[in-house]
Amino acid sequence: MIDFLTSQFGVSVVLAVVVVVAILGATAYCIYFERKIAGWIQDRYGPNRVGPLGLLQPIADGAKFLFKEDVVPHHVDKVIFVLAPALVFLVAMITFVAIPWGGQWQLGDTLINVQVANPDIGLLYIVGIASLGVYGVVLGGWASNNKYSFFGAIRATAQMLSYEIPMGLCILVIVMTMGTLRLETITALQTDPHYWLGFIPQWNVFLHPLAFVILFITTLAETNRAPFDLAEAEQELVGGFHTEYSALKFGMFFLAEYAHIMVGGAFIAVLFLGGWHFPGIPWAQPEATQWYAVVAKMLVLCGKIVAFVFVIMWIRWTLPRFRFDQLMRLAWKGLIPITLALFVLSTVLVYTGHHRSPLWALSGNTFILLVVLVAAGTSRKTITGRQANLVRFDRDATPTVASWGGMS
Amino acid sequence: MIRDEDILLIEEPQLGAAEKLFLPQILDGMKVTLEHLGKSLFKKPLTVQYPEEQREINVENYRGVHRLNRDEKGRVACVACFMCSTACPAHCIHIEAEESPWEDREKYPVKFDIDELRCIYCGMCSEACPVDAIELTPDYDLVGRTREELILDKEELLSIFDATKDIKPRKNPRITGYAGTGNRQGDATAGGKAQA
Repeated sequence: MIDFLTSQFGVSVVLAVVVVVAILGATAYCIYFERKIAGWIQDRYGPNRVGPLGLLQPIADGAKFLFKEDVVPHHVDKVIFVLAPALVFLVAMITFVAIPWGGQWQLGDTLINVQVANPDIGLLYIVGIASLGVYGVVLGGWASNNKYSFFGAIRATAQMLSYEIPMGLCILVIVMTMGTLRLETITALQTDPHYWLGFIPQWNVFLHPLAFVILFITTLAETNRAPFDLAEAEQELVGGFHTEYSALKFGMFFLAEYAHIMVGGAFIAVLFLGGWHFPGIPWAQPEATQWYAVVAKMLVLCGKIVAFVFVIMWIRWTLPRFRFDQLMRLAWKGLIPITLALFVLSTVLVYTGHHRSPLWALSGNTFILLVVLVAAGTSRKTITGRQANLVRFDRDATPTVASWGGMS
Repeated sequence: MIRDEDILLIEEPQLGAAEKLFLPQILDGMKVTLEHLGKSLFKKPLTVQYPEEQREINVENYRGVHRLNRDEKGRVACVACFMCSTACPAHCIHIEAEESPWEDREKYPVKFDIDELRCIYCGMCSEACPVDAIELTPDYDLVGRTREELILDKEELLSIFDATKDIKPRKNPRITGYAGTGNRQGDATAGGKAQA
């Protein structure tokens, strides 16, 4: 028994259970903090009735979800209708498997990875599984047999397809720079003790800040969060894909949304922010392999995830929602060209061997940003069709009857 | 079809490079919301924590549940003139009048029902009342389980007067010294208005 628990497999099993329980609790409290932050931003208190500071609110919400009537409308496709929230939830839960939580742990004379699984293709696994999340949304919207739900699902699909491309290209930039798909190695490469200029850790965010910003934006879109939450735009679509869902099925969609956000946070933290590494904290360094160092590393990664989740909530309560054509234009005409340029940049850097040099990477990023600024500043919307032959209205001229043309 | 010369083509204002990139504008907006967040964290929000903490309301002006005033002898002050039900824009006051058993007036209400769910709490009834018999009180937490329960009758309206007369005393108790029906000499409002 002891042998089993101290083996890599035993640690993985224990960690899997711990992570699932922790994520479930954290998603519930994400909802609480979302409401709190919404309250604070709108000069209110937020939930403060259930328990001290409203801290028992998630438990009350959960109990409510459990005991509410679970309505299954008669016109739905029952099998898929029940399957969809389960699928969304399952996908959200299993994505955490490949996240490297706490580096390595010296247990006896063996080094154990504090990670549920450490596949060589950990990065591909997360990207692939996280993309499956949209199946739950689409199936839920389809099975509901409701126009609003269906529209929500269609929007989610189109959005997902469009934003996968810049997201994939951003990830490719990192893959090429790091030369590996293994998440633990990507983290380890960023923990190099030779800091740039003596104090900047070798995190990827300082190499490719543009890719970081774009990956952040696409993560917002992939997790269906504001300002890209068109799949559940309540003003237009009632509730979007989950209009027909109630009770625990709705709760599962809800929890899965927050679980996806946390996966996104962990993913961005691992790819760009050095995972469990933090400069200045001796326990959050690759050399420290004691059990308390593992705990400290986990806390550092959790802190990064919390910061990410906070920024996402902050954005949600700041920005209005995009229109659908604006959403598509942003992806296809904005993000994809920029990420393609970044991709080309990183291939050049790898070819010339400067891919780990911040000077080269940053000047490349600055160059791309300048090109984008010039292109955005000089491009004008052309007027086409019938309007092309019309007389332009002069804003600055004094309005006269003649300028309008008269009734004749 | 509209002719081309009748159309004014107004071009959209062109956005600058920074506006087209969204990000500087988004950061500006996030700064604003962060300021509000910080303000709520370190300063108490304006929100009133209702059941524990209650807003101070202006007793004189507040338009809550109605009451039917009593005169100094404890009788209903109403003279069943129907002015309030005539003035009422929601038609929620129903009065049945009968000959008064008392010396000082001709009529009094045997029934006086107000449908509190129909009422829009405009206060026109109390403005219309010539004897200040109907008034609005500062009570606003009126609840009931059925619609019928919230049609208040004369006794209930009088009991509201008993409950609220300490916080909002009757404005002009002299009003009920009618000194005989039809004689307006002792009627404070009527006299006052006649002089003005």
